[in-house]
Amino acid sequence: MTAGSTVELVKLRKTYGSTVAVDGIDLRIAAGSYCCLLGPSGCGKTSTLRMIAGHEDISDGDLLIGDSVVNGEPPARRGTAMMFQSYALFPHLDCVDNVAFSLKMKGVGKEERRRRAAEMLDLVDMGRYAGRLPAQLSGGQQQRVALARALITRPGVLLLDEPLSALDPFLRVRMREELKRLHRDIGITFIHVTHSQTEAMALADLAVVMNQGRIEQAGPPRELFNRPRTAFVARFIGGHNVIDAGVIGDAGRCAVRADRIRLGGAHPADIQVEGTVRSLEYHGATVHLGLDVAGAEEFAVVLDEAGYFDAPVAIGDRVRAGWNRTDVHPLAS
Amino acid sequence: MTVTAETSRSPAPAVARRAKRSRLLPRVAPYLQAAPLTVTLLLFLLVPILTIVAVSFWDYDSVRIYPDFVLTNYVELLTSPVTWKTYLNTLKYAALAWAATLGIGFTVAYFLAFHIRSTTWQMVLFLLCTIPFWTSNIIRMISWIPFLGRNGLLNSGLISAGIIEHPLEFLLFSDFAVVLAFVHLYTLFMVVPIFNSMMRIDRSLVEAARDGGASGAQILWNVILPLTKPGIAIGSIFVVTLVMGDFITVRLMSGGQSASIGLMIANEISLLQYPAAAANATVLLAVVLIMVAAMLRVVDIRKEL
Repeated sequence: MTAGSTVELVKLRKTYGSTVAVDGIDLRIAAGSYCCLLGPSGCGKTSTLRMIAGHEDISDGDLLIGDSVVNGEPPARRGTAMMFQSYALFPHLDCVDNVAFSLKMKGVGKEERRRRAAEMLDLVDMGRYAGRLPAQLSGGQQQRVALARALITRPGVLLLDEPLSALDPFLRVRMREELKRLHRDIGITFIHVTHSQTEAMALADLAVVMNQGRIEQAGPPRELFNRPRTAFVARFIGGHNVIDAGVIGDAGRCAVRADRIRLGGAHPADIQVEGTVRSLEYHGATVHLGLDVAGAEEFAVVLDEAGYFDAPVAIGDRVRAGWNRTDVHPLAS
Repeated sequence: MTVTAETSRSPAPAVARRAKRSRLLPRVAPYLQAAPLTVTLLLFLLVPILTIVAVSFWDYDSVRIYPDFVLTNYVELLTSPVTWKTYLNTLKYAALAWAATLGIGFTVAYFLAFHIRSTTWQMVLFLLCTIPFWTSNIIRMISWIPFLGRNGLLNSGLISAGIIEHPLEFLLFSDFAVVLAFVHLYTLFMVVPIFNSMMRIDRSLVEAARDGGASGAQILWNVILPLTKPGIAIGSIFVVTLVMGDFITVRLMSGGQSASIGLMIANEISLLQYPAAAANATVLLAVVLIMVAAMLRVVDIRKEL
């Protein structure tokens, strides 16, 4: 439909009074890629998105969309479209008029804009509900309408502010798939803010982990998962144990994937620690154990179901956990 | 086993009695709960209105009134050109006051709701709007007189500034003065409901509109105005009903030179023509109710209540 645009942030900064929300970040998002901004609340991801959208003034630095600096431009002239967290559908307009809103603002005739809005509603499979008001739609349906409204401007970049957080878990997984399909079909750049690492892992070509207004690490999800740069990334992305390297006779801290750890002395392991089983969760295909281990705040072990039930343990048991030296990943302090 | 059976049998009659009472109570309770409001409305709303309607069919002479069923009060009222002229005049006041209070009220509410960022300042400025209401209506009207009068502050100020040579006559004891006083008295009734409607508008809707390329004026017209309609309707009902029934403002500010329906009724009462006044009041009530019904047809205010 439309070609995507590259988005480039250069020393982008946002301050509210003396509070620094975004602290001079640099990031280049390739045209047509799916980028997830990921981080805990208050990390600056939403401020970053809103600056890209043009709903927040840029305190310092530059924002490039395509080849031009768009710092002071109004949202409509940036070639971006935003989908809001609460969808922000106009409650007094039906689906068609909601989708056609931006065309109306541009002065497109009534027939023409209603026809194009109907096409767009068909694209998100909402053609049947064209005449309904937002209040008569379910959360998932509202989201499709919001998506259609954002896409009708033919943006080069689609900005999504926590688009899935208002949905129930089942719908969330389905909408996630649909977002991905839509991204593949229309080929524009998606920038998606989320606090869920699962969402980022499932969707992103480029995942950007933010913390306290800075980018901790940016890269493909697999790189983030296998080579987290800092302890923060390792903890946030999940599935990792952050250990004081003193335990294994080294300086600094390191990360070990929880699913690489084996229990008991039977398995050959380069490094072994002792701990007490504190928690035990059965997840179906896997069993998750929490251990109290010296030198680690939290120590998780993920065993496959068969592996666990070959040699089950109970809460309170002393166990030996071991892993190979090749599985140790050093972290920057 | 026997012990438990015994203990469960002995309190059985008491339980049954309580059950019977508790079956009756749920049926009566809703009516009891609704009764105080019903009685109050009956006593203070329905009975007076029915009395007025009844009296409007009575006969009267210069001394006393007679219980009767005559239509002469209505015939005289509706065939008199004075009535029609007065109705037109009252409707003119209502229309002018409505337009002015709507314009000012919408602007003030918009400023408070969308341009004042901090809630504290919103509250402070909002309370500031209510300060004039700490004095009585009459005082607020009378204080216009030394300001607007022939040798009042405004005229002498304009003359000494060299803007005008002769005092402006239309300022006081005129339609202008009447409408000015109405606007002064009733704008807050417009500000409050509109402000209330505006505060309920999700701010992300404004951003979504801007995201769709809407200019400030387009946002106002396409998003804020439609979503403020219920507030506008409620404010309009307040202003229109208050102005339609007013008599003291018209008397004071027009210097007795203009008439309104309220003033007409007041004059009839002072002449002890109660049945005529009652007929007039009944017609006024019907007219105002029709106006309110028309406004409610245009705007659905239910979601605001």
